[in-house]
Amino acid sequence: MIDFDNVGLRYGMGPEVLRDVTFDIPKRSFQFLTGPSGAGKTSLMRLMFMSLQPTRGFVRVFGRDITTIPQRELPTLRRRVGIVFQDFRLLDHLTTYENVALPLRVRGKEETSYRTDVIELLQWVGLGDRMNVLPPILSGGEKQRAAIARALIDQPEILLADEPTGNVDAPLARRLLRLFLELNKLGTAVIIATHDLSLMDQIDARRMILSGGRLEIYE
Amino acid sequence: MNKVDKPNPVRKPGRRRKIVLRPMAAIVPATNIAGRSLMLVISIMSFLACLTLGAVIMIQDTANSWQSEISREVTIQIKPDEGVDLQAALLSARDIALSFEGTTDATIVDPEATARLLEPWLGEGLDMDELPVPRLVIITIEEDNPPDFGAMREALVKAVPNVHLDDHRTWVDRLVAMASTTVVIGLCILALVFTATVLTVVFATRGALSGNHHIVEVLHFVGAEASFVASHFQKHFFLIGLKGALAGGLAAAVTFAFAGIWASNSLATPESDQATALFGGFAMGAGGYVGALAIVVIVAVLTAMTTRITVLHTIIEIDMIRSDPTRSI
Ligand SMILES: Nc1ncnc2c1ncn2[C@@H]1O[C@H](COP(=O)(O)OP(=O)(O)O)[C@@H](O)[C@H]1O
Ligand SMILES: [Mg+2]
Repeated sequence: MIDFDNVGLRYGMGPEVLRDVTFDIPKRSFQFLTGPSGAGKTSLMRLMFMSLQPTRGFVRVFGRDITTIPQRELPTLRRRVGIVFQDFRLLDHLTTYENVALPLRVRGKEETSYRTDVIELLQWVGLGDRMNVLPPILSGGEKQRAAIARALIDQPEILLADEPTGNVDAPLARRLLRLFLELNKLGTAVIIATHDLSLMDQIDARRMILSGGRLEIYE
Repeated sequence: MNKVDKPNPVRKPGRRRKIVLRPMAAIVPATNIAGRSLMLVISIMSFLACLTLGAVIMIQDTANSWQSEISREVTIQIKPDEGVDLQAALLSARDIALSFEGTTDATIVDPEATARLLEPWLGEGLDMDELPVPRLVIITIEEDNPPDFGAMREALVKAVPNVHLDDHRTWVDRLVAMASTTVVIGLCILALVFTATVLTVVFATRGALSGNHHIVEVLHFVGAEASFVASHFQKHFFLIGLKGALAGGLAAAVTFAFAGIWASNSLATPESDQATALFGGFAMGAGGYVGALAIVVIVAVLTAMTTRITVLHTIIEIDMIRSDPTRSI
């Protein structure tokens, strides 16, 4: 689904953040993307989300070279990818419910058609009581779960999660991981960027390790 | 269609609370857009545009009425002189004029009427015989079939001393040229006002976009199309534009109405009589009000369209900068 071929990336005149990165994300796969802070995990996520262009090499998403996709087709392709940001990116003037419903709203759907879906998902991630709360009042862990719920609400084909357990305690982290596995079983390819070793040790999954700009893969 | 639809650990059977949600909040909150000063600028612009349009319409109307009224008449002027029998000269001039095809009537302005014509300038109780005041023959002509003025002039000069045929041509031409210049200037002002409005809206929209950058970004990440984002900004700006333009248009309409009332109240004085004769009264016809309404609509639509184009443009720009690592910061 995602295919990297000798990808290099540098910001401005800076050093190469990624060097000769080659890998692919198969359908329905589950993997961790790891590496020390500053290794380029977030940058790699942005490349996969088609919001950053490589300086060298090819990035293909859904079989399309991302440098040649016309501007107006990007939204349609991005809708097939769910993304959870390290910093959540929730809108402070919308309630938890409204934030999670946002992807459906921008697709032009009627609220009545997704209301129960959103409520069920929110209850599933344990935010059933926090639906009418604005993000500034939510705790870090609650924001995290709201951000994850927003990424999941439209059943993406690929889920990109950047440090999705960075703000939660161990039991919740385990539950979120189970949620991701569950989602993966239903057919979504999942990529979790994390530097949390204990999280990765919980399951036996493919590991993509970034260090010094290069990527190594342990199946 | 919820794929994440699995045993739900939170929802316990028998504990189904009714979930109350507030009505969906606007994606771009109205309070995030500083519309007050923009609305004021738009209302001032619309006010000026309406006034300009009103002036243009008024001048155009006046020029038209001059043209048709003056061209319905020509005058023969005979200056008194030693040894000229003025009365005979007037009579013969009238007869000559009437002999031409295309003249329907010819009236000699008698001394009393001439005195009255001069009254505003020279005062009452004028003894016409003491002054070398020229006398007039007013000739009414068929507008669509005017007589041959050249031939008439020739015939008059041959038969009558000290005669001058004034077909008002130069006068009308000059007035009309002046009026058209004024109209063109008015239209240029209108174009400038619209341009200034568009530019103001462009700046306001860009300001609103950078003030709401986080919203634009999130919308972008959840797969919103640029046109969806634009429509949300456009909604606010259309309302701002409409309110501002309505306020400006109404103010202009009130100004027209007051000017009309003032003009008709002061119509009794001889000074305003002349003003009315020259400027055709200050009353704004229905055309002025329709024009003001049109300006309100144009300004509101212009505002919305400008916003849309600016937002689309800016989003594409942001996208390009964001996705280009060489320009990233
Ligand atoms: N927008 C940017 N502009 C310039 N440098 C950046 C930008 N984003 C990230 N970097 C740099 O790229 C490197 C990798 O960052 P990042 O991808 O965020 O790593 P990670 O997510 O693994 O911590 C870091 O050195 C960071 O300073
Ligand atoms: Mg990161």
